[in-house]
Amino acid sequence: MEKPLTQNIKSDGSYCTLDEYRRNGGYEAARKAVLEMEPQQITQTVKDANLLGRGGAGFNTGMKWSFVDISDPNVQRYVIANGDEMEPGTFKDRMLLEGDPHQLIEGMIIAAKALQATKGYIFVRWAYKKAHRVIQQALDEAYQAGMLGNNIFGSNFSFELHLHTSVGRYICGEETALINSLEGKRANPRAKPPFPQISGLFGKPTIVNNVETYCNIPHIIKHGPVWYKSLSRSSEGGTKLYGVSGRVKNPGLWELPLGVTIRELLFDYAGGMQDGYKFRGLLPGGASTDFLVEEHLDTPMDFASVAKAGSRLGTGTMIVMDDQTCPVAFVHNLIRFFANESCGWCTPCREGLPWVEKVLEKIERGEGTEKDIDILRFHTKYLGPGNTFCALAPGAMEPLQSALKYFIDDFYRHIHEKKCPWKHE
Amino acid sequence: MITIYIDGKSYQVEEGDNLLRTCIKLGIDIPYFCYHPALGSVGACRLCAVKRYRDANDKNGRIVMSCMEPVTDSMIVSVNDEEVKNFRAAVIESLMTNHPHDCPICDEGGECHLQDMVVKSGHTYRRFEFKKRTFKNQYLGPYIHHEMNRCIQCYRCVRFYADYAGGKDFGVTGVHNKLYFGRFEEGPFDSIFSGNLVEVCPTGVFTDKTLRSHYTRKWDLTNAPSICTHCAVGCNLILGERYGQVRRVLNRYNDAVNGFFICDKGRFHYEYINNPDTRILQSQLNGKPAVKDETLAAFRSRLSSGRTVAIGSSVASVEANYLLRQLVGPENFYADMPADSWEVITTLRKIYDSAEVRVLTVKEIEQAEGILVLGEDVYQSAPRLALAIRQSIRNKPLRKASKINIPAWHANAVKTFIGTERGPLFVAHPQPTWLDEMSLQTYRKDAGELEQLAEAIVDLLEGKALAPNKLNEEARHILNAWSDCNSVAIVCGTSLKNKRLVELSAKIASLLRKNNINSGIYCITPRANSMGLGILTEQSLDILTKSPTAEHVIILEPVFELTDEVKSWLNGCKNITVMQHSRNEFTGIANLVVASATVAESEGTLVNAEGRMQRYFSVMPPQEGIAAAWKWLVDVKQENIGYDDLLTAIANDIPHYRQITEVAPGAGYRINGMKIPRQTPRFSGRTSMLAHVNVHEPKPAEDKNSPLAYSMEGTRQNTHGSLISFYLMPGWHSVQATNKILRELDQVVNARSTGIRIWNS
Ligand SMILES: Cc1cc2nc3c(=O)[nH]c(=O)nc-3n(C[C@H](O)[C@H](O)[C@H](O)COP(=O)(O)O)c2cc1C
Ligand code: SF4
Ligand code: SF4
Ligand code: SF4
Ligand code: FES
Repeated sequence: MEKPLTQNIKSDGSYCTLDEYRRNGGYEAARKAVLEMEPQQITQTVKDANLLGRGGAGFNTGMKWSFVDISDPNVQRYVIANGDEMEPGTFKDRMLLEGDPHQLIEGMIIAAKALQATKGYIFVRWAYKKAHRVIQQALDEAYQAGMLGNNIFGSNFSFELHLHTSVGRYICGEETALINSLEGKRANPRAKPPFPQISGLFGKPTIVNNVETYCNIPHIIKHGPVWYKSLSRSSEGGTKLYGVSGRVKNPGLWELPLGVTIRELLFDYAGGMQDGYKFRGLLPGGASTDFLVEEHLDTPMDFASVAKAGSRLGTGTMIVMDDQTCPVAFVHNLIRFFANESCGWCTPCREGLPWVEKVLEKIERGEGTEKDIDILRFHTKYLGPGNTFCALAPGAMEPLQSALKYFIDDFYRHIHEKKCPWKHE
Repeated sequence: MITIYIDGKSYQVEEGDNLLRTCIKLGIDIPYFCYHPALGSVGACRLCAVKRYRDANDKNGRIVMSCMEPVTDSMIVSVNDEEVKNFRAAVIESLMTNHPHDCPICDEGGECHLQDMVVKSGHTYRRFEFKKRTFKNQYLGPYIHHEMNRCIQCYRCVRFYADYAGGKDFGVTGVHNKLYFGRFEEGPFDSIFSGNLVEVCPTGVFTDKTLRSHYTRKWDLTNAPSICTHCAVGCNLILGERYGQVRRVLNRYNDAVNGFFICDKGRFHYEYINNPDTRILQSQLNGKPAVKDETLAAFRSRLSSGRTVAIGSSVASVEANYLLRQLVGPENFYADMPADSWEVITTLRKIYDSAEVRVLTVKEIEQAEGILVLGEDVYQSAPRLALAIRQSIRNKPLRKASKINIPAWHANAVKTFIGTERGPLFVAHPQPTWLDEMSLQTYRKDAGELEQLAEAIVDLLEGKALAPNKLNEEARHILNAWSDCNSVAIVCGTSLKNKRLVELSAKIASLLRKNNINSGIYCITPRANSMGLGILTEQSLDILTKSPTAEHVIILEPVFELTDEVKSWLNGCKNITVMQHSRNEFTGIANLVVASATVAESEGTLVNAEGRMQRYFSVMPPQEGIAAAWKWLVDVKQENIGYDDLLTAIANDIPHYRQITEVAPGAGYRINGMKIPRQTPRFSGRTSMLAHVNVHEPKPAEDKNSPLAYSMEGTRQNTHGSLISFYLMPGWHSVQATNKILRELDQVVNARSTGIRIWNS
């Protein structure tokens, strides 16, 4: 099985240096893209590979790039890597940032060429201290070796790439809030349109892609779209980093063909549930995705299939819930996170999430009433897509709305027994 | 024009505007918070939600924010769809989770947009049963009271204060549901535009501290349209009175002048009207109180005692100045300014008369793409104009935004796209000014150098070849930057007492026009009625003080400097009559002080810097013993004429004022036989407010001089912009009702801009 994304990641925790990376064929794709390929050709190749964005929304990356007008050489354009990764349960970009920084840099160089962007930023979550060090070292190496800076690879193309460490707020991962915070403004999202491709960082055309997305680019350029698509078990191209956390025997992160089933992931890779624990459900792609349960275990983990099952592939890193965890407390914990991370821009999210949080806490305390269930259900609609300014609040409602579907009995038990059945005195 | 469908009805509307504004214009009510006509749309509050349908087959539709939705041809929307109505109610319910439920003790109550929106959106029963979050308030100086618990996080305040007005000492801090709108530390606001927060904020977070210091419920105010007398911009105001005191001042919308905003001088500097320690409550003859007849008799006998001269006033009404000029004869009537300043005014008048240059309005300045400020500190001398100039720097960059389909109302997208780019605003002044940091380039020059710069611009425009020196390069740079501007404004003024600069400004503007750039000037005059006085006399104060002393001198509402020169000249006069409302140096040396009324107790016309005649009306009748200066003068002459007759006389006599009768409807104006009330229908306490004096309900005072009544009775129709005493429409009790009223007015007469311009009207 080919594992292009993680092939260079070492088990001792040290990162793949420039020399090591080059020894394994690194930067050949970037050299090719910069010296031999036309921008449109790069974009078309990426589009053909059907690489869907790994940041969660699953939009075709090549298509996204094609919206950038590259005709005017005097316009400053930017590429940005989104390494904010604050989605609870998600730790895939971290591996790539800490383990193989040059793969990301190379991907961004190729993107920069395709988009005729001469400046780029790697935006990294505040808490990823090790990643900051590693990325900075790798950037220094790349500058020294002439792969970044002026006239890279001796071409007439120049590309400056910088590391930006974020302030540690979930909303900074939303691409337009990311751009605002990169500009030094409050991390509130922006209204779209205009999309960042038209007016992004400092009002200039900008592409924001997820770290993992960029990491796929060198391989696509090197081996072509046909090869890339062949890696996958679905029509969506490539491999994917999948993670499993929760009370499983072997939690972890694996690079696998897109479209492995949940069952394979959960049992073959994560080793199934720990002894004494039973499976109850899982969030397939991070905290902002809907619960899936037993009946969905054979769902392939690709964007289309998970959507069909009623959830989202999201970041592809699942959180497993077992039978000894209280679903109400589980959701409460997530909502507390989301309420705290609301940027405060729009009313439903800013005021709705704290209300939901309080109601869940009340139910958990054993003081809930059936009316509280109505209030929760009401919010799942009220904070739905389109009603709020950005996708944070609808994302926050996904675990709640699905918990109310699959675990509603547990909510009622709290109400009727006037206590949390999982809490032992 | 395109067709859109709203709840099954078709409408012809303008393409590209946002749906919310379009609906407001159509008279369709959609509740909203964060949208503001001057601040644009940001999509934060989510209250303006409507349903949008893909096409006629789409039965579900999706919720969109009307303020963020450009109207497009054949668009189908619903405002009244059940789902979206529920959504709007939910938004209100959310906001009310933390909002105090104590309207009865809130200063905003009765004039509160939040109250209106709660009622309009249909949220009634409280389901939220947890504690409210609370904040500490800040001390924000003497003018503005802060109550953060009332905040609904619409972001309007920061968008006004920081983005629109360029203030740096106020902002939003915090995240999630703990957002704090305040100063970075306690203390008075830096910006002279801070008072607008009172109106911009849709709730009671920012309220008028001056009102609070003598609070009255807003529906209990008697109101009248007024004009600010603190500078020559002439912002339109509404004064509010109760128990004979002016309690507060509000902005009155005038599209061409102040729009939605005024400065803090206009809003807060009214307390002199109420001050019993400084007000002249009764005329004084030789230091002793004099009743009306004594005053008039003394006045008359002085007139016949020998040569009488008069000094007019650049803050008093056209009417009073005119009558005084009549009384003493034009040859004996002088301006209240020394020769150097007055020359500038007379020069300016001649320039305007020559019609060679366009006189711009504040609105036109706001819309200009290029501006040169030549020798004026606009923030100091005409604050509202500085705010308009600040907006102008976006105009040129906005063109680019519209090319990539970012509409001008999409506030934050425009802000992002424009970034630090700014249009060609140039500021040339001897000292640093507030506008410097917004300008493309600042030139620090003394008056002589400013003239040289302006001359160089003129020479270049006339096609002369100039030597390559620094100054000429600067001139060239300015002109180059303007080369593709659609409109350029030259802003000058009288502060430097340099008439050459004014002439050159006019010259530049007219040459630019010859070069096919739409151009004009705005010349900031020193006082609220400098131009009005300028029409009535060319004689400066110096001419008077250099001439032999007179038997009797009458000084109308003097605010000029009492220099030694003036003092010694006055000392030589036998009798000094000063007509004034508040004590000052002049009333100290007068042997007849005539108690005249302030703007709050009189009516009159002022001519602002751009030559716009504007009418103010009394908000309360003057107390016994006090009268409008024009009224005193009419009585002195024993002419039994009313205010309207006076206006007709002026119109017939002075060509510049031939339209003075049309500035506002005359005293005889009625709608369906009714006067226009100064009080809202909710006015209370009429029977009891004077019960401690007399248990009989007194008849409301009569106003013979205007179509306004000191009463709540009368027409409810809004028919003339110059007669707006309050913003109130069914369901709209706050200043947001401006939107509704303007719409109503548009249908009667174009009353968005009121006042009549003397030049190029
Ligand atoms: C609340 C919120 C948080 C997000 N956080 C991240 C993140 O941490 N990393 C990320 O790549 N994308 C995140 N996204 C998605 C980004 O907005 C954006 O879609 C993504 O970076 C685009 O990259 P892609 O096309 O490569 O997936 C977030 C979105 C939302 C609404
Ligand atoms: S949904 Fe609204 S409040 Fe929540 S994070 Fe997005 S913009 Fe901010
Ligand atoms: S203080 Fe007023 S204007 Fe500012 S956000 Fe709050 S409610 Fe809006
Ligand atoms: S700008 Fe001038 S006219 Fe307007 S409110 Fe201020 S002082 Fe008054
Ligand atoms: S008015 Fe449209 S979202 Fe606030």
